[in-house]
Amino acid sequence: METKEHSSSRWLVVVVIIALAAFPWAATALGQEFYIGFVRRVLIFSLAATSLNFILGYGGMVALGHAGFVGIGAYAVVILVDAGVTSALVLWTVGMLAAALGAAAIGAISLRTRGVYFIMITLAFAQMLYYVFVSLRTYGGDDGYTLQTRPNLPFGLDGGGESALYWVVLAMVVVVLWAYSRAIDSRFGHALTGIRDNETRMSALGYPVYRLRLVAFTLAGGAAGMAGAMLATHNGYVGPGLMHWTQSATILIMVVLGGTGRRWGGAIGAAVWLLLEEAFKLGTEYWHMPLGLLLIAVALYAPRGVSAMFSSTGAKAWFAARGKAS
Amino acid sequence: MNLIFVLEQLLNGAGYGLMLFLLAAGLTLVFGIMDVMNLAHGSLFMGGAYVAAKVHVASGSFVIAVCAAVAATVVFAALLEALLMRRLYGRDHLAQVLATFGVILVSNDAVKMLWGPSPTMAPTPDALAGPFELLPGLPYPTYRLLILGSGMAIALGLYVLVNHTRLGMLVRAGASDRGMAELMGVRVGRVFTGVFALGAALAGIAGALMGPIAAVQIGMGESILIPALVVIVIGGIGSVRGAFVAALLVGLVDTIGRAFVPPVLKAVWSPSVAADLGPAVSELAMYVLMAFVLSIKPSGLFAARA
Amino acid sequence: MVRSARESVVTTTSFRQPMLRVDGLVKRFGGFLATDQVSLDVCAGEVHALIGPNGAGKTTLVNQLSGLLAPDAGRIELDGVELTFLPAHRRVAAGLSRCFQLTSVFRQSTVLDNLLMAVQAHAGSSFSLFRPRSAEAALRDGAVALAEQLGLETLLDRIAGALPHATQRQLDVALALAAKPKLLLLDEPMAGMGPDESERMVELIDSLRHRMAILLVEHDMDAVFKLANRITVLVYGRVLTTGSAEEIRNHPQVQEVYLGSEEHESATVHTPARAGT
Repeated sequence: METKEHSSSRWLVVVVIIALAAFPWAATALGQEFYIGFVRRVLIFSLAATSLNFILGYGGMVALGHAGFVGIGAYAVVILVDAGVTSALVLWTVGMLAAALGAAAIGAISLRTRGVYFIMITLAFAQMLYYVFVSLRTYGGDDGYTLQTRPNLPFGLDGGGESALYWVVLAMVVVVLWAYSRAIDSRFGHALTGIRDNETRMSALGYPVYRLRLVAFTLAGGAAGMAGAMLATHNGYVGPGLMHWTQSATILIMVVLGGTGRRWGGAIGAAVWLLLEEAFKLGTEYWHMPLGLLLIAVALYAPRGVSAMFSSTGAKAWFAARGKAS
Repeated sequence: MNLIFVLEQLLNGAGYGLMLFLLAAGLTLVFGIMDVMNLAHGSLFMGGAYVAAKVHVASGSFVIAVCAAVAATVVFAALLEALLMRRLYGRDHLAQVLATFGVILVSNDAVKMLWGPSPTMAPTPDALAGPFELLPGLPYPTYRLLILGSGMAIALGLYVLVNHTRLGMLVRAGASDRGMAELMGVRVGRVFTGVFALGAALAGIAGALMGPIAAVQIGMGESILIPALVVIVIGGIGSVRGAFVAALLVGLVDTIGRAFVPPVLKAVWSPSVAADLGPAVSELAMYVLMAFVLSIKPSGLFAARA
Repeated sequence: MVRSARESVVTTTSFRQPMLRVDGLVKRFGGFLATDQVSLDVCAGEVHALIGPNGAGKTTLVNQLSGLLAPDAGRIELDGVELTFLPAHRRVAAGLSRCFQLTSVFRQSTVLDNLLMAVQAHAGSSFSLFRPRSAEAALRDGAVALAEQLGLETLLDRIAGALPHATQRQLDVALALAAKPKLLLLDEPMAGMGPDESERMVELIDSLRHRMAILLVEHDMDAVFKLANRITVLVYGRVLTTGSAEEIRNHPQVQEVYLGSEEHESATVHTPARAGT
């Protein structure tokens, strides 16, 4: 069906990865090392947003507590570093596993509900996590925890500074996003979208809907946890604010902005959002305002998100949506 | 801990609950009737608090301040409805979340532009500054009595409006079936605008009244939005009566939690653990309440929607 | 050509053990008794029709059989396996499959994708996360075969939601058939179809008869009398009577309650039944 578009978009993805890999050298050459950290942050949030897109866009589960899993991953790093662990790979893997476990537990309960109740319960769990970590004085409480040193990077890349961490993050993100892309096209991915489109029929066809959703939720939580763990290393600091509902809302905004249910909607949305945030910050002290106006504009005029504007099917849908909205 | 303290906390809880009700009533009507997720409802609360604080300081009159706050919020809401909300009816909830989140961002920076980033002082009106002897040995801040009184009065007014007036009937008709109501000649669009404005006015009043006893700052809207959402879920989306009962429950549970959980924890665990966990457990109380209610009544206490 | 039920080789009395057995099913919605002590059975090779006026509780009964609703009392058994407390998807594994009164397909997907979704459910685990589904030729073959059964093979690339109503209903039935079920629940498959399409559907159902037990809920009396070995009449949630087509046709109460007005309707194109049947 989409094979032509699929193969051309695959080339585009390869080009983007190569460009991203080359970026630190380009940035250093232009004297703009600061942006290496910035793009690294975009990569991390691309992962977080994509993981939400998996359950939201493809699974139809509107969860407003996803930042909670990011937070679990981040705090797993804090707890381990506090206990003396120094390997980045170990930290990030445990972060991912801890978040996946949390997602499995939270999902097992939340997925028994639907609609707005699901939204509220996922929100409630994330807020609970927030308050728990605010109260844990050992790990900084409300003030947060500062990570004194960088962990050891794999492949002996220590001492490579910002670029080294950048490449490791890039590698991890590429791997996970590749796995996600495969999952979308797999039987599981199709079953997930089937549940989104017609849950009753899927049950009637014999699909174990609850179990499929729970697995998706767990995988998404784990990926978000990995993003959180990388964020902890990237920032060198973790505070409970990371899990506040406004953070969950921001990740959600990224997904919707980029295009829910579209393969790279999460990544594109994160990139667009963070780029615009940065750009507006440079221009004015009141940078929330143009961002907010932009969100309103996208909601009204490009409801399928930015990525939809750049595909032929998207363009048709855009005109169709405009016709309907007016 | 004695009876006086307990009564004080109960009164505080009721007061907080009534203010939550003002917010929740508007929210439940908008979500229940118009099926719109309006995250910016908290921003109306913030607007009311700021306008009231500034006008009070400028004019010296609390009454004028409250009226100004209501006027400002209603005007802002009317503009918001005409320019934006109207185009969000019938749209999918994610688009609504996106747009109203944008409104939160814009409002927060607008407030920052107008009045600066620091929190603002909202003075307590002089006439109500002192304590009032409710019962012998129970002095209670007079201002908080005003909150209790006005909260009850407004609740009563809403009850009469929704259940005993034609407008209320129209609102309830629009809630249960918009299409049908329209076919029967109800100007549903006008009713919606009215409901939205009413919700805004309530939020504005709540902000104006809460100002003197809460922190008036950017982001106060987001802080109170979550409790308000919890209230409407517990109460049942679309039900004002449910919002009332749930708001009082949440207000009481929250206040009682904050007052009584830390001492209980201290009795069981070490003081440092109690100090750590106390606030966390109190915050969690309302979520535990929500989970408990939903497990018995999955659509809330007084589910209004079909 | 469809043989009428009376000419069928198998008669009512010589049926084997029932495939589906429903005993004393009860369902209440608040104070309203939607299903009142309903008992019936369907045997392999039989088409058992369920008829009754609108609001009689036919779809409520079907929903309880398929697992969408939990009965308040009673027992459901399929080929010896008790279904009463099984969730919907487990009943499919036990051999039950249904189509829906209000057409329930994947409207934004192509016909092929719709069929693939159905075939995938019965061709191994869906917890496969790595291999692209498009690489599985066997699934596609299965989907195409299913399409051919219902004459949909030329429409594979069409978007399901854009198809005419009757074709969507055919798709709905195709999805139910993917399970190769022991018991097929057909909830008004002929709703909204013109005479030609109805004829085709009747032939299809007739051809399925030897492969499975079929419970057919229908308003189209022509089809019912052409296909049914037995008919159960449901009125106000209760079974009025069960019998052969002939017995039902001549049953005085049934004529009074239901068939009287139906005689005039059966010649015309049917409008889809209102929800709540």
